[in-house]
Amino acid sequence: MTTTVSERAWIGKDLKRREDPALLMGTVTYINDFKIAGMLHAAVLRSPYAHARIRAIDTSAARALPGVQAVLTGKEAAEVIGPVPAFCAEPVVEHAIAVEKVRYAGEAVVAVAAESRALAEDALDLVEIDWEPLPAVTDALSAMQPGAPLVHENLGTNVVYDHVFTFGDVDGDFARADHVIRRRLRWPRATAAPLEPNGAVCAYDPARDTMEIWSNTNMLNSASWVMSSMLKIPPHKLNFYPMYTGGSFGSKHFLAKVIGIAGALSKVTGRPVKFMEDRLDNLMANDSQGPERLYEAELAVTKDGQFLSLRLRTIDDYGAYFIFAITGNTNMMAQITGPYTIRSVETGIKAVLTNKNQQTVFRGAGSDVGNWVLERLVDAAAEQLGIDRVEIRRRNFIQPDQFPYKIPTGNVYDSGNYPGVLDLALGHFDLDAWRQQQAQARQEGRYLGIGLATAQQRSTYSSTEFWFHNPAPATGLNSTPESVRISVGPTGGVTVTMFSPFWGNSPETVVAQVVAEELGIDPRDVNVTYDSTAHALPSAGPGGSRMTVMLAGAVHGAAARLKEKIFKIAAHMLEASVSDLELVGGQVRVKGVPSSSVSLADIGMRAYWFKLDLPPELESGLEGTFTYDHPYTTKPHDDRKDLGVFYPIMGHAAHLVAVEVDIETGAVRFKKYVAVHDVGTVLNPRSLQGQIRGGIAQGIGLALLEEVRYGPDGQNLTSTFVDYLLPSASDVPAIEVYHHETPSPFTAYGVKGGGEGGRMVAPPAVTSAIEDALRPFGISIDEMPITPEKIVRWVKEAQSRHQRQTN
Amino acid sequence: MEDDFIPVRLSVNGVPHRLFVEPRRTLLDMLREDLELTGTNAGCEHGSCGACTVLLDGQSVRACLLLAVQANGHEVTTVEGLAQHGRMHPLQEAFWEKQALQCGFCTPGMLMTAYELLQQNPDPTEEEIRSALSGNLCRCTGYQHIVEAIRLAAQRLREGAEAATSSGTTA
Repeated sequence: MTTTVSERAWIGKDLKRREDPALLMGTVTYINDFKIAGMLHAAVLRSPYAHARIRAIDTSAARALPGVQAVLTGKEAAEVIGPVPAFCAEPVVEHAIAVEKVRYAGEAVVAVAAESRALAEDALDLVEIDWEPLPAVTDALSAMQPGAPLVHENLGTNVVYDHVFTFGDVDGDFARADHVIRRRLRWPRATAAPLEPNGAVCAYDPARDTMEIWSNTNMLNSASWVMSSMLKIPPHKLNFYPMYTGGSFGSKHFLAKVIGIAGALSKVTGRPVKFMEDRLDNLMANDSQGPERLYEAELAVTKDGQFLSLRLRTIDDYGAYFIFAITGNTNMMAQITGPYTIRSVETGIKAVLTNKNQQTVFRGAGSDVGNWVLERLVDAAAEQLGIDRVEIRRRNFIQPDQFPYKIPTGNVYDSGNYPGVLDLALGHFDLDAWRQQQAQARQEGRYLGIGLATAQQRSTYSSTEFWFHNPAPATGLNSTPESVRISVGPTGGVTVTMFSPFWGNSPETVVAQVVAEELGIDPRDVNVTYDSTAHALPSAGPGGSRMTVMLAGAVHGAAARLKEKIFKIAAHMLEASVSDLELVGGQVRVKGVPSSSVSLADIGMRAYWFKLDLPPELESGLEGTFTYDHPYTTKPHDDRKDLGVFYPIMGHAAHLVAVEVDIETGAVRFKKYVAVHDVGTVLNPRSLQGQIRGGIAQGIGLALLEEVRYGPDGQNLTSTFVDYLLPSASDVPAIEVYHHETPSPFTAYGVKGGGEGGRMVAPPAVTSAIEDALRPFGISIDEMPITPEKIVRWVKEAQSRHQRQTN
Repeated sequence: MEDDFIPVRLSVNGVPHRLFVEPRRTLLDMLREDLELTGTNAGCEHGSCGACTVLLDGQSVRACLLLAVQANGHEVTTVEGLAQHGRMHPLQEAFWEKQALQCGFCTPGMLMTAYELLQQNPDPTEEEIRSALSGNLCRCTGYQHIVEAIRLAAQRLREGAEAATSSGTTA
């Protein structure tokens, strides 16, 4: 926008992250490291049943334990805090501590505050509960049956949402199709599982009716007014402090339950209370499980391989509560037709409640699922029509000259070059050589497979996706701003203040690079800091791959305001006109007369302490603030035939993967992995590569290992890292990452968000590779994770089918 | 049980300590709560994630699985003990250069595991590094940058040792 690529001094450079030294030396303060005078520690008793009524709770022995300051049942907590804030239209009510009945194994039942965590846990052992166990319903299909136990009786059903969205002439396009590709697909329940669990320290001041909150929640600004109703304290009397966050991946958006538990205990004790989840708490009750979907998926295709229409029916297991409504399903409508010119689409969504910890969002937020479903159909179409998998994609790509491109749902893709990305990936992969190796290996009885996925990575969410699934006239939020303040001090030092926390990415590095670009200074000289919500400007916080785009826009805007004042003061000092000045290397100088210059320090001192020497219309001080709104979003139409523009900053990626599958052991070994991502202008290549590789590792985890599993009685069978398998250093290969840059026409510098892309594209690529390896057996892969046990079973089944046929 | 506090003497990052702990107190809790060395993180507290890895007499251990009393008479090294006089250890420098971290929560444990590896094997292959790291989970990076950082640090430490030998000085 203001600079061309060749002129840029800092944007696009591989700078070392400024966040890292403190993280490397162990000196940052995560929430679990935070202490405040007088602080008590909380622990939570969790339900052993997936579904049960609480008849009575006896906490007298727990209360009598020396050092215990408070014991709260759900009923008692409900006297000081309200329900957990929810974004659903349906009357599904959740409490931080369960009232009357529990709806999943691990739901909080009693909370204790004591002088130490160990004491609080001792007290929990002394609590007696009289339970009335109820039959549990643990899969969506059973939950939909008439007479199934009801998770929420007031709804009268477990199907909490049921609607079919149609965009364009779906029936006509299917009637015109030469082929209909059909697959029944299953996406497994996974969970973000950042290494740092959730936590909060709440300090209630009864004298002022204020509460200070330190927490690793990601949405500080929203948290204030959203959580006010739960904490029963006016929003302006809540002050949230940003903390360094040990990973989120979508799992730390509000953290209402940990804040509610610490907040309620602080209100009743009048002392600061810390509640820090342990791993068991986190894996059983973190409210951040991913989608668990069954799909009936159909793709209408012409005989020459052109995709006409997509028809989806999904049953999605939301678990016991519904705080974000069907967000994961609305999210994928932003890119439901992928990089292809599919002209109509229908998606039917049944959201079902069961006795499991609830689904909210996990990196990809449902668009990860959409990519996998669509790419499964595309691979199936290629196979069924006998068209090469690369070729069929090429025939259907939206072309570079077709942008901005409106897809059937109404969302707009800003820019892209999908053939260019694919060419770059193919150039680094050498497909022909791998196909030769594959043929050779098959003769030796070894099974190599080549996988391909070409898929979207939408970025920079707007908030209409949280409510547009409700019929008009329902409306909701429609802004997602982000702000920064840039101050130049009296000695010229530059400080940027953010109002959203560090959550594992590189916000400080991004901000320093952009401000350095704009002010012509060295990013290492920039100080970056955070402020609490009491002093904050509007900022929605991280989520939906937005922060790099939004922070770049905010810094760009704030720098422009700051420079205006810098130039006015400098013009006054140099007795020159503003239009004759330029800012170079921290000096404002008269163009062409380098000797006639003033430094930022000169200007800063003048601005703060020499009012009588300032232009008379200027006030003291030198700062620029800017609130950057979403660069391009519109409202949905009332008929919901057009959802409006809600996720237009559209990235894209092509992954090419070679694997070898051992059909005896079911082991999958990666031979080569090439990933090309296009997320517009790249701010910091190495940091983006880290995001992509980390996302791919999570995608590989999902494809091969990860699944939250529940027993038939609703017990969580994956409540430790021994059972919920995160990929280890031996599971994830070296990944070749290349950047293709197609700038966005709508954002500052043309950047797009890249935080989720790796995880959104790896699952279809890995599935495709394994299916290709097993092609001699005629196995089609319709589910994940693709565990060794399943591979061995599928091969055995195929072999016995083959034997029966030949006999 | 609450009255049975047991004396523990140990050295942490070269500093001697004497304190009284409950028998059930873990080494991790003692480091974090009693000695305020919060660089070592609690990721799972059942020994599977490796975030709390520290060195006990030079050997890597899970601080969450060891009781504080078991450290009596031993030398413990934590991430806070790696940097010397404010200068990062070559491993930390290499992690910084290679962006071998994102959220940083697993990083102290990674560093301690890598430190032990390079003590035992100054020139590890990629496979040996990945094998050594297999008990340390990272949810952010996909491990590749960590592997690259450890190789870089290993190379620099070897070059440093050679330089020290050839110039006749002792490290």
